[in-house]
Amino acid sequence: MNTEILTLLKIIVSAAFVDNIILARYIGLCPYIGMSSSVANSIGMGMAVTFVMVLASIVTWVLWNYIFVPLGLEYLRIMVFILVIATLVQLVEILLKKNVPNLYRAMGIYLPLITTNCAILAVTFLGVDYGYTLLQVVVYSISVALGFTVALVLLAGIRERLRMARVPRFWQGYPIVFVATCLLAIAFLGFKGLVK
Amino acid sequence: MMREFWYHFRNGLLGENPVLKLMIGLCSVLAVSVRVENCLGMGAAVIFVLTCSSLVISLIRNFVPNEVRIPIFIVVISTFTTIVDLVMKAYLPPLSKAMGIFIPLIVVNCIIMARAEAFASRKPPLLAVADALGMGVGYTFVITAIGVVRELFGYGEILSRPVFPRTYQGMMAMILPPGAFLLIGIYIALLNWSLRKVKS
Repeated sequence: MNTEILTLLKIIVSAAFVDNIILARYIGLCPYIGMSSSVANSIGMGMAVTFVMVLASIVTWVLWNYIFVPLGLEYLRIMVFILVIATLVQLVEILLKKNVPNLYRAMGIYLPLITTNCAILAVTFLGVDYGYTLLQVVVYSISVALGFTVALVLLAGIRERLRMARVPRFWQGYPIVFVATCLLAIAFLGFKGLVK
Repeated sequence: MMREFWYHFRNGLLGENPVLKLMIGLCSVLAVSVRVENCLGMGAAVIFVLTCSSLVISLIRNFVPNEVRIPIFIVVISTFTTIVDLVMKAYLPPLSKAMGIFIPLIVVNCIIMARAEAFASRKPPLLAVADALGMGVGYTFVITAIGVVRELFGYGEILSRPVFPRTYQGMMAMILPPGAFLLIGIYIALLNWSLRKVKS
């Protein structure tokens, strides 16, 4: 029991901080650059990503372990996982619109964008590759999403400040955002070695 | 026809370079560009998937109902990605291992989906192939340009052959994520600067 909790703690810290999906693994950069212009937007995006990421990893984990591995259909993985995610996003959108309109208004515009968010697909692949149990996959996907949101909100905060700064002409726009990301990544390097 | 072919090919190389101008397909660019060898492998994989799926999507563009076009595009793209993934695993295991999860992630590489949606689903096959080749080569060009700098300063080697004297220590920052982010920032700033210079 004790070792199990320890393993879960290890997964949380390493997925959220040490191997931060954006700053250490370079996955999910498009929404990171695209959705980080204001803190409010980035929190909405983080919520939507967390929601879909957890759902997608549960569904794909169950499909993988109970259908694909027993039937020997591993080679279909890429195609099926991406279709599962696309369908799931549509389904979530319809359900939210119908039942929880407030939440839908808060994160509705971010949902379609998530289909092609590589972070979601990557987490479903990694959860299967690492051979996690269902509980571990849930914890893993929540912590990855937490790391994603932290990085996104941090960058959004920096970008809001940057708007008031006098940036050299050719560094305006994306270049300065990447320099800020570079500094964030250096900060996150400090977590290296925290988990063996 | 030939003139149009070259026009669309060149467009992807510079004017609308997918990585530096349109800001798409960034993940794999930064992740894989630690060594030039990996860059060329990734470039070849993207060119293959992009060209084949653009050709197929352009060929079937008149039969695809508008409402379900996105899932159909996804199926086409993921078919070719699966082919690349399995072939690389079988014949180039070290390269496949070095690129890891980024081969299957080609399927969500925004470049391919964006070109399918914006170009291949509207234009005849020949032009779609021209556009795909241009975008693919433009992508490979940028990823290799970043890879050369990172491998040179990070390991002191090019294509795994030593360039600097043995005593060279290697800049860890270039291999680690911060170096990649800084380099792409510098490249975009340089491109902005040179474009401004050409205009004036």
